[in-house]
Amino acid sequence: MDLEELLEIKETTQAKHQKKRKRVRCCTAAGCLSSGAKAVIDNLNTEVKHQNLTEEIEVTSVGCLRLCSQGPLIEIDPDDTLYQQVKPEQVVAIIDSLNGQQNRENLPQKTDLTHPFFAYQQPIVLENSGKIDPESIDDYISKGGYQQLRHVLLEMTPNDVTQEVTKSGLRGRGGGGYPTGVKWATVAKMPGQQKYVICNADEGDPGAFMDRAVLESDPHRVLEGMAIAAYAVGANHSYIYIRAEYPLAIKRLEKAIQQAKRYGLMGSQIFESPFDFKIDIRVGAGAFVCGEETALIASVEGKRGTPRPRPPYPAESGLWGDPTLINNVETYANIVPIIREGGDWYASIGTENSKGTKVFALTGNVENNGLIEVPMGTSIRKIVEEIGGGVPNQGTVKAVQTGGPSGGCIPAHLLDTPVEYDSLQKLGTIMGSGGMIVMDQDTSMVEIARFYMDFCQEESCGKCVPCRAGTVQLYDLLTKLIERKANQQDLDKLEALCQMVKDTSLCGLGMTAPNPVLSTLQYFREEYITLLQST
Amino acid sequence: MKKIKLATVWLAGCSGCHMSFLDLDEWLLELAQKVDIVYSPIADIKDYPDGVDICLVEGAIANEENLALIKEIRQKTKFIISFGDCAVTANVPGMRNMLGPAETVLKRSYLELGDITPQLPQEPGIVPELLDRVSPVHEVVNVDLFLPGCPPNAARIRSVIEPLLKGESPVMEGRKMIKFG
Amino acid sequence: MTVKTLTINDQLITASAEQTILDAAKEAEIKIPTLCHLEGVSDVGACRLCLVEIEGSSKLQPACVTQVQEGMVIQTETEKLKEYRRMAVELLFAEGNHVCAVCVVNGNCQLQNVAIKVGMDHSRFPYKFPKREVDLSHRLFGMDHNRCILCTRCVRVCDEIEGAHVWDVANRGGQSFIVSGINQPWGEVDACTSCGKCVDACPTGAIFRQGSTASEMTCDRSTLEFLHRARTKKEWTR
Repeated sequence: MDLEELLEIKETTQAKHQKKRKRVRCCTAAGCLSSGAKAVIDNLNTEVKHQNLTEEIEVTSVGCLRLCSQGPLIEIDPDDTLYQQVKPEQVVAIIDSLNGQQNRENLPQKTDLTHPFFAYQQPIVLENSGKIDPESIDDYISKGGYQQLRHVLLEMTPNDVTQEVTKSGLRGRGGGGYPTGVKWATVAKMPGQQKYVICNADEGDPGAFMDRAVLESDPHRVLEGMAIAAYAVGANHSYIYIRAEYPLAIKRLEKAIQQAKRYGLMGSQIFESPFDFKIDIRVGAGAFVCGEETALIASVEGKRGTPRPRPPYPAESGLWGDPTLINNVETYANIVPIIREGGDWYASIGTENSKGTKVFALTGNVENNGLIEVPMGTSIRKIVEEIGGGVPNQGTVKAVQTGGPSGGCIPAHLLDTPVEYDSLQKLGTIMGSGGMIVMDQDTSMVEIARFYMDFCQEESCGKCVPCRAGTVQLYDLLTKLIERKANQQDLDKLEALCQMVKDTSLCGLGMTAPNPVLSTLQYFREEYITLLQST
Repeated sequence: MKKIKLATVWLAGCSGCHMSFLDLDEWLLELAQKVDIVYSPIADIKDYPDGVDICLVEGAIANEENLALIKEIRQKTKFIISFGDCAVTANVPGMRNMLGPAETVLKRSYLELGDITPQLPQEPGIVPELLDRVSPVHEVVNVDLFLPGCPPNAARIRSVIEPLLKGESPVMEGRKMIKFG
Repeated sequence: MTVKTLTINDQLITASAEQTILDAAKEAEIKIPTLCHLEGVSDVGACRLCLVEIEGSSKLQPACVTQVQEGMVIQTETEKLKEYRRMAVELLFAEGNHVCAVCVVNGNCQLQNVAIKVGMDHSRFPYKFPKREVDLSHRLFGMDHNRCILCTRCVRVCDEIEGAHVWDVANRGGQSFIVSGINQPWGEVDACTSCGKCVDACPTGAIFRQGSTASEMTCDRSTLEFLHRARTKKEWTR
């Protein structure tokens, strides 16, 4: 593969799409598929064939169109029409409308694309999502795909790449927020011939589906980001660790890797440079803790997925004891635009200490459930009330949960807080990987705390005492509260144990497990007090 | 000087702690100078009196009677001591908790293992109902001091009572004082 | 070999660069409690009893896996550490079925000793009374899961010293338990060499020698008769 071939594929693919009069893009990410997208696509294909329109109308599967709660979604080019809640029996009316015959009452509802849900988003990670067929490498190339890999391999030194990433101010999107450039530079500077790059796709927070959407919508972007990272740190072998619960993402990644190999974009001497690179997929077996980097590495090595004390950090001693770079899906998905547009461009988006955009899975008691990408610094109020359209049925927001089981609840009066790593941490929660759950006035915060504690006790690996036995006791104490059997002593015990589990657990899972309790205690203590026994 | 009112009770336990208490031998005579035993399995007193200063509670809370009594004790006693491992940890009586609730335990003991005429014991008002879960005393009422041991030996018991009689707090530290078992 | 100088509990000590805080402290006769550390096998930092405060570090660090550094200032007995340690021990007692009164190692148990050391006179956390198994399928030894604290010392000693890897951990969280073989009865695990290292490594009475419990002991009448004869008839040889 060389630049000419790449450009040729790009042009042919673009021309192929443009040749068609209409292009129907159907969302086939997990959300729409679960609300019946498959039948819609089948009907569309049958109908197009039936009406002999295959030359004029292209029906294509694409990734996430973002407004998940209104799926199945389909979008029509070049009309910029997005239909929501499409039913298979409405397909005829859709085709008719493409042929200029208006059959309004049988058409699905059109989505207002000027609604803040779309207008306030800034897709960088999701720039191709819903636009390209995730199972077609040509489609990815038609959007400029793999050009940045070529640019990096032939026109930049590994150090240049790291510098660019450092300049961008990108921080780890898995939740920790560690500066990506620094991480890359550390691995790059480690001595040793063998290094590894790992993509953490073990997204497991309840309510989070950002990485899933990225992988299902634009897998090549992650592969290209990983290849660039590998070049920058001096690795040539990498792994994607993905949870088994994401079969579609796994299938699309496998296909993407196959295609990239076939085009010579993976393998040896990529773009005729000395750079060799391969990616293997490792499928997780359903343990949340394997999202923790040392547990993930143990799991890739074929061992029991339990964390080990750090230091040494994976950058120093990771997979099989070799220096290992480990980043999350969204972090890698940011690399291509950073290289393409430059680190300075990326750093111009967002805030002082949190650069770029962040993808959130907006869920819970909110009108517009779905996937959003907004610049860092956007206020939570804007996300929930404008983009999300607020709580349905004139309800009010009580709190917004971020960061999953490691995060906390932001009360309604602090909704003007901008989403940034530091501002969220100050509120006692974390950015996390991007789950954002809206809770309305009827939500019991103690129940919410117990829900997350149940998750943590279930998902604890069982290695260290505070997390294994402490979360169980915390769960019991919360249950006692909910059953109105607890007294002030129990509440004191709850708080003391939260602090103990937080301060003494071995890994991040345990250290952050008490957060949902601590943050609800901070903002909704009266709900705990109300539940206490009168004696 | 007014004598200190001392009570001892025997809940779900083997009475070994009381045996150990009796092992205090001649010191008991000294003790008798300073305290009035107002309630005890070794004294024939039917009702738990008011205004007890110190109560040694042997045994776990295993049945309705234990439960009612310990609540009464808490109301009428200034200072409750969990006396021995059964009171502190539920110990051996608590081992039935691993089998499940009272019903399972009774079935296992009286039906499955009953050699002749297997039947469940039932005499409402006379045989107290078993609780589903045997609990250490402090899970039911507040406890002021924990005196572990199975049984706590006489020296340990004396090291607890002696300072208390002088209005001092015993130091519950080290193998001599807090070793379980 | 380079030597580092550091302070533990205001006591200036020296240690070789490769030593962990735990080892260095031990040499200086400063006792840091631990249950999962076992000399000679790898450390896992799982019991969290050896956590110490290091000046300049906001997080508590496990002494068993933290190497000494020049000028480190370490505290091992602060009020916070003592409270956390006691809570950790209480959690262990509440989690399993640790009935000292009926245990084979009563009086000779590291969990019991640690409980004394941290001043645990009772557990503030309710006992869970889990239903756990006892495996007596092995000819010589027994495994009582009720007393297991999941320190994994048996797992490591069997894997790293004996090389048999009979033991491992199954399940997760509060459901975790030690398995023999591929979750077979211990007696059916061919890999077991019956070396007994796990028995020696076990800090509690979870893994024990059969015949060591009171009810299993058999009275040897002839010994008694011999003693009696020896005393009364001065027959000192059998």
